[in-house]
Amino acid sequence: MSFKSAVITFPGSNCDRDALCYLQDLTKGVVYNIWHEEASLPKVDLVILPGGFSFGDYLRSGAMASKSKIINDVIKHANDDRYLLGICNGFQILTEIGLLEGALIQNKNLKFLGKNCFIKKKFKNNFNLSIKEDQVLQIPVAHNEGNFYCDNETLKSLKNNEQIAFEYCKGEFSNSEENINGSIEAIAGITNKKKNILGMMPHPERAYSDFHPSQDGKLIIESLIT
Amino acid sequence: MRIKILIRLKSQILEPQGKVIEQSLNNLGFNEFHNIRQGKLIELDLPDNLSKEEKDQKIDSACKKLLVNDIIEEYEVLG
Repeated sequence: MSFKSAVITFPGSNCDRDALCYLQDLTKGVVYNIWHEEASLPKVDLVILPGGFSFGDYLRSGAMASKSKIINDVIKHANDDRYLLGICNGFQILTEIGLLEGALIQNKNLKFLGKNCFIKKKFKNNFNLSIKEDQVLQIPVAHNEGNFYCDNETLKSLKNNEQIAFEYCKGEFSNSEENINGSIEAIAGITNKKKNILGMMPHPERAYSDFHPSQDGKLIIESLIT
Repeated sequence: MRIKILIRLKSQILEPQGKVIEQSLNNLGFNEFHNIRQGKLIELDLPDNLSKEEKDQKIDSACKKLLVNDIIEEYEVLG
């Protein structure tokens, strides 16, 4: 049975096309592109909320998109235990919906970060099965509000439930940093308790093709389809 | 009636813009200005005939549903 997926486009999304190509090339299955004003989603295995600046980041990043019409069906999709992946702005949207815990605040150094960064997996889940322990992935980031914050109680529960999927780490570049944006415990991506929803700041859809500097982003889709 | 809602990051949350504003003010000689934090103000009109309870309830509900992210922010209705 072929793997079906969908990418939601909001006004201001700018990684939706990359996400569509990423899914088309790696899943070889049907990929739908859904406008945020649609009322329903087709039945698919994976939905991606892509990166960008939905609604111009008005009010807070992801706040407006989290109230879009399509979101009711995105929540239903996730409640049916199907996969939901939020990348960058998509991660911010997932926290604003409340499907993932915590919040993403301004980067500690106030800079917009657009560069390659390095991450490794922390706890195992279906999104990172194909990634080895201690394997360092090179995946780009492009964000201003990627500094993951949660209170101590939430952090404890994220750890106890093994919900931390990825953390930033040093990589092969001499100037690479341990924690690029000031996130609590260098968290780069988390899942929900059931581990069918992943939010991450780095962009795996910008690291899969031969023309990308790294192809490490492939491993996420490979993890889901194998 | 005109409503003003002040939204700010909770005190334990890093607010880097305030820090930079403070540095710039210090550079201009305002050395007495400390602990600067920047927030946001939302102004809106509500019908005058609403009771205080209705008004409070509507504002609270709008803040919880959209205007404020209570993981990182707190709000105060001014005046």
